[in-house]
Amino acid sequence: MAFDQTAVRKDFPILSREINDKPLVYLDSGNTSQKPQRVIDAMSHFQEHTYAPINRSSYRLAGEATDAYEKGRVAIARLINAPSVDEVVFTKNATEAMNLIAQSWGRANLGEGDVVVLTEMEHHANIVPWQMLVQERKIQIRWVPLTADGQLDLTNLDNLLDGAKVFSFTAMSNVLGTITPIAMLCERARAAGALSIVDACQFVPHNVTDVQSWGADLVAFSSHKMCGPSGIGMLWGRMEILDAMPPFLGGGNMIDTVTFDGFTTAPVPMKFEAGTPPIIEAVGLAAAVEYLEEIGMANIRQHEMELSRYTLDTLKGRFGDDITIYGPDDVKLRGGVFSFAFRDLHPHDVSQVLDERNVCVRAGHHCAKPLMQTLGVNATTRASIYLYNDTADIDALADGLDNATDIFGL
Amino acid sequence: MSGLEDLYREIILDHYRTPRNRGELDPPAIKAEGHNPLCGDEITVYLSLSGEGDDAVIDDIKIGGQGCSISQSSASMMSQSMKGKTVAENRALARRFKALMGIDGIEPQDGDDAIDLGDLEALEGVMKFPVRIKCAVLGWNTFLQALDAGGGTTSTE
Repeated sequence: MAFDQTAVRKDFPILSREINDKPLVYLDSGNTSQKPQRVIDAMSHFQEHTYAPINRSSYRLAGEATDAYEKGRVAIARLINAPSVDEVVFTKNATEAMNLIAQSWGRANLGEGDVVVLTEMEHHANIVPWQMLVQERKIQIRWVPLTADGQLDLTNLDNLLDGAKVFSFTAMSNVLGTITPIAMLCERARAAGALSIVDACQFVPHNVTDVQSWGADLVAFSSHKMCGPSGIGMLWGRMEILDAMPPFLGGGNMIDTVTFDGFTTAPVPMKFEAGTPPIIEAVGLAAAVEYLEEIGMANIRQHEMELSRYTLDTLKGRFGDDITIYGPDDVKLRGGVFSFAFRDLHPHDVSQVLDERNVCVRAGHHCAKPLMQTLGVNATTRASIYLYNDTADIDALADGLDNATDIFGL
Repeated sequence: MSGLEDLYREIILDHYRTPRNRGELDPPAIKAEGHNPLCGDEITVYLSLSGEGDDAVIDDIKIGGQGCSISQSSASMMSQSMKGKTVAENRALARRFKALMGIDGIEPQDGDDAIDLGDLEALEGVMKFPVRIKCAVLGWNTFLQALDAGGGTTSTE
């Protein structure tokens, strides 16, 4: 065991909740993660003692609040090994970060016929903002296909990247669990003269992240999937690129000066943080990062690889041909999200039966409808793990699937 | 387990395993497609009518698409109940069913209470699982879409 599992479970108060006298089996962390007591306490304490506007007022309390907000930025820069704290931009969520990129960089740099390369395993957040530019700017999208076991098929990558302006891809698929060769993909983008953008939502909460070793240009991820609060997301980018990008939203905080004739912008990151930002959330996020760092991202990854092996072996061992688990079988190539088809049951029915035992999974298209089309399904059931899950959770999932078999008389 | 047994009653599972009136109808039959963006469920309703307006009779009805046990069984039972009845009778049936599902904004008309839902009563258990109500009404909204727009696409969101 990479860390004290029993102690970690106790750090998350919601995991001791019972519904109908049965414990909660939370297997939906790929959707959003639960919060440790420390994050809850940090946000409460901040509101009880320190809350005030940031970057506006000169009294001491406002200074303290500004410092607390900025600590969140420092924590994130440390977590992802960003060369400069100022390169971390806070947004509402990762989706907003992707839209910021498409609307700011995209509108400044992309015109009719310009090519953006995406992969078939992208989340809608890395598809729709570009499709909006297809409608508005007549840009073109090319798609990197998948192999049969749910990895990127890079056979034709050079052709796809030829003449492309952008290569935007996920670091880890939210459906297949597949971890992509991030540094290599960034290098190939650079060689082709394309901007590299990494959707790291599923990756950062579960792995050691080093944006410098990736060689990425822009990276988006979110707080709520890594034990932090919802309502705050992150964009990291190389300063040279962020500096050249026009602002996204206009308003307070993002300006240097405003006159009747116009405005000038504040430097990065404030240029992209118009209006009152998620102040309390940044404080909670800093606590979440400190919590994860104490356990150690490498330890979390180790734990999840072990539990992923157990999950794959348990489900395939107990259900054989009755279950189809999408994505690679090698746990070194995947993270802990397991989308599956179970017998001929619809994922809604599977999740309904699992819910009877408080087993929380997601059923549906997982905001990746084009990928569902590639897989040839309408929807899947998805179980996803985090540092607080253990083998008992996986056993409960398997027992629940047995129950589904009974109820539907299969 | 009482909740689940309420939801997955035998008659519902029966319609799910052996859906009635499954298939397609060629034009000039009306065709409408409904989908639930939340879960990806899709239902296609084909209607063959004889006569005009509210007095037209549904000579044939076919259901296509794919989805969960609730959406599929509800559409199957709906097709069984509707065949051979007039448009007016079936609109009343839809009102009565949607009222059973607790859908807001349904204005009951005289005589609706007297409508016998038959097997459809079994779907009452869905009320305990509010997330699934959209599944239960998907086929019905698609049917209404077929009548009102003479086809097209509808969505339960």
